[in-house]
Amino acid sequence: MRRLTWFNTTSLTLGFAFLYLPMVILVIYSFNSSKLVTVWAGFSTKWYGELMRNEAFLDAAWVTIKVAVLSSTFATVLGTLAAYVLVRAGRFWGRTLFSGMIYAPLVMPEVITGLSLLLLFIGIGLDRGVMTIVLAHTTFSMCYVSVVVSSRLATFDMSLEEAALDLGSTPFEAFRLVTLPIIAPAVISGWLLAFTLSLDDLVIASFTSGPSATTLPIKIFSAVRLGVSPEINALSTIMIAIVTIGVISASLISKRAAVRQRLEEQQAVRS
Amino acid sequence: MTEALRPVFAPWNDPDEKPLIQFKNVTKRFGDFTAIDDLTIDIFEREFFALLGPSGCGKTTLMRMLAGFETPTEGTILLSGQDIAPIQPNKRAVNMMFQSYALFPHLSVWENIAFGLKREGMKGDALNSRVDEMLRLTRLERFAKRKPHQISGGQRQRVALARSLAKAPKLLLLDEPLGALDKKLRQDTQFELMDIQEKTGTTFVIVTHDQEEAMTVASRIAVMDEGRMIQVDTPARIYEAPNTVYVADFIGDVNIIEGRATPSGEHVQIAWGEGVSDITGTTDTSFEKGDKVHFAIRPEKVSVNVEKPDDTPNAFQGKVLDIAYLGNLSTYHVEMPNGQIIKAQSANTRRLSRRAITWDDTVWISFTATAGVLLKG
Ligand SMILES: Nc1ncnc2c1ncn2[C@@H]1O[C@H](COP(=O)(O)OP(=O)(O)O)[C@@H](O)[C@H]1O
Ligand SMILES: [Mg+2]
Repeated sequence: MRRLTWFNTTSLTLGFAFLYLPMVILVIYSFNSSKLVTVWAGFSTKWYGELMRNEAFLDAAWVTIKVAVLSSTFATVLGTLAAYVLVRAGRFWGRTLFSGMIYAPLVMPEVITGLSLLLLFIGIGLDRGVMTIVLAHTTFSMCYVSVVVSSRLATFDMSLEEAALDLGSTPFEAFRLVTLPIIAPAVISGWLLAFTLSLDDLVIASFTSGPSATTLPIKIFSAVRLGVSPEINALSTIMIAIVTIGVISASLISKRAAVRQRLEEQQAVRS
Repeated sequence: MTEALRPVFAPWNDPDEKPLIQFKNVTKRFGDFTAIDDLTIDIFEREFFALLGPSGCGKTTLMRMLAGFETPTEGTILLSGQDIAPIQPNKRAVNMMFQSYALFPHLSVWENIAFGLKREGMKGDALNSRVDEMLRLTRLERFAKRKPHQISGGQRQRVALARSLAKAPKLLLLDEPLGALDKKLRQDTQFELMDIQEKTGTTFVIVTHDQEEAMTVASRIAVMDEGRMIQVDTPARIYEAPNTVYVADFIGDVNIIEGRATPSGEHVQIAWGEGVSDITGTTDTSFEKGDKVHFAIRPEKVSVNVEKPDDTPNAFQGKVLDIAYLGNLSTYHVEMPNGQIIKAQSANTRRLSRRAITWDDTVWISFTATAGVLLKG
């Protein structure tokens, strides 16, 4: 057994403090009753109430959620299909190029992605609004989905699909009835990942949003330039909560599948 | 002459019989590697056709071409006289039981078996009764609700079998279906398979590298090597009349004796070294004097005696090197004056008999003129 020496304890504390202290302070001050952000004047939830009455923030929140749901759904469909083709289709002409190009946006600076999308939308005369942000977010989050799903597909037993075909299913039925249910945890993780990425995004959204649609990160960023208000702290706390829940459920979903399998095995042994 | 009570099942000898499967000059290459080499073979309805051969000789590839997962590089495959090349795997009246079973892990045993039937649009009572029938046939009723990972290896194998049988395919392909089972369960299942075939009339093509299994279940055996079928024949003929040293050596235990042939009337004399008299054998093929031949003879066709038997042309003296006691049988390894070691087998009919023959004894081995097979080359 390794013991927690004072050195280990200190490193651990410092590391986590470095990571989480800023957020903890933000969460604490969101419950501050004073209007001054840096002066503690007692516990209160009034800024959450204020937030609920702020039309501009509520609009932005609604846009953000719409964009996140739509773009992560599109990204999941496209990313899963891309992963499926890359893992399944074996060798075809241009495969290496294709797979390289799918993963390139992972390392592409967001500013460049945003700028190129902006130029595209202007070029084809698309009015910037919810639709353009959805398209942009789909573009950059589908490669994350594709990474998650293709790592699951790499260990997927191809003969299961052949068995489905052999028993008379069409290739699409084989995918829908056999492959998809088995890789579902990875697909759901991919969706949650895309959802949180979209929720967080500031850079790409600022390039592709228009006056008709503003997302929360943009709203917060522009509001903060006029000074930090406790209302923003409250809003940020809510976003931290949503993102945390998203990330935790993504990892829980894959773990729960394993746990459930173990439980079923135990039950089978007992019966 | 006695007459067989049952008509002999040998459609391959009947020129009017139409084959279910025909391979016509089929070649399959992976890159520049030839997995199946110019194969031509007919397989008939209700056959239990066994593919036997070392690993990597192309057995699985052959099956996968029938199921539709590989296409021949050259040649055609006909099923009931129809070229199957343009038919997709899901449209073929062929089902395959995979070497890995390939059970759907997210579906129960019941759902696994029902999968193919549902794709046909079967539902309601018809579906229920068909699945239940399959469960009964494979003795899986108690496990219907379990998932594949909740049952044993032997049970999984039965699920795979039930699933492929459920659609009552014209042709069922079994790729080493019993490979993972222990000996007892394996034998039970072999008989079950034959029973199922009697009942359903399905044609089976089975891959195995267990020769005993092939001997037990098959109507015909194809012995394969490097993408070719070396011999296709009934189990008895494969065993008793192998056409090459490869086949003789592949199936069962055998003595292979190299020598030179001298035809004399209906017999052939084989000179096989210094200090031993010629072997007298018979053959259908003709040999020239001095041809190099292999004489293959099974150990159980060779008897061991202390005294020289006088009723056979083939009796040779040698020294016992080793005796392997196998319970029901004993195998004697006898060294000839020319250094060749001949295996002879005898049944232990008496319990713990006072053994007349022991190590280093000088003994006579003998066999009849028709006991062995003469092979060219
Ligand atoms: N998809 C493939 N690509 C390349 N080589 C293959 C492929 N499938 C099989 N082979 C080769 O073909 C040969 C025959 O394989 P297989 O039919 O699986 O043999 P068996 O089932 O008799 O053991 C093997 O040497 C194997 O490596
Ligand atoms: Mg194989």
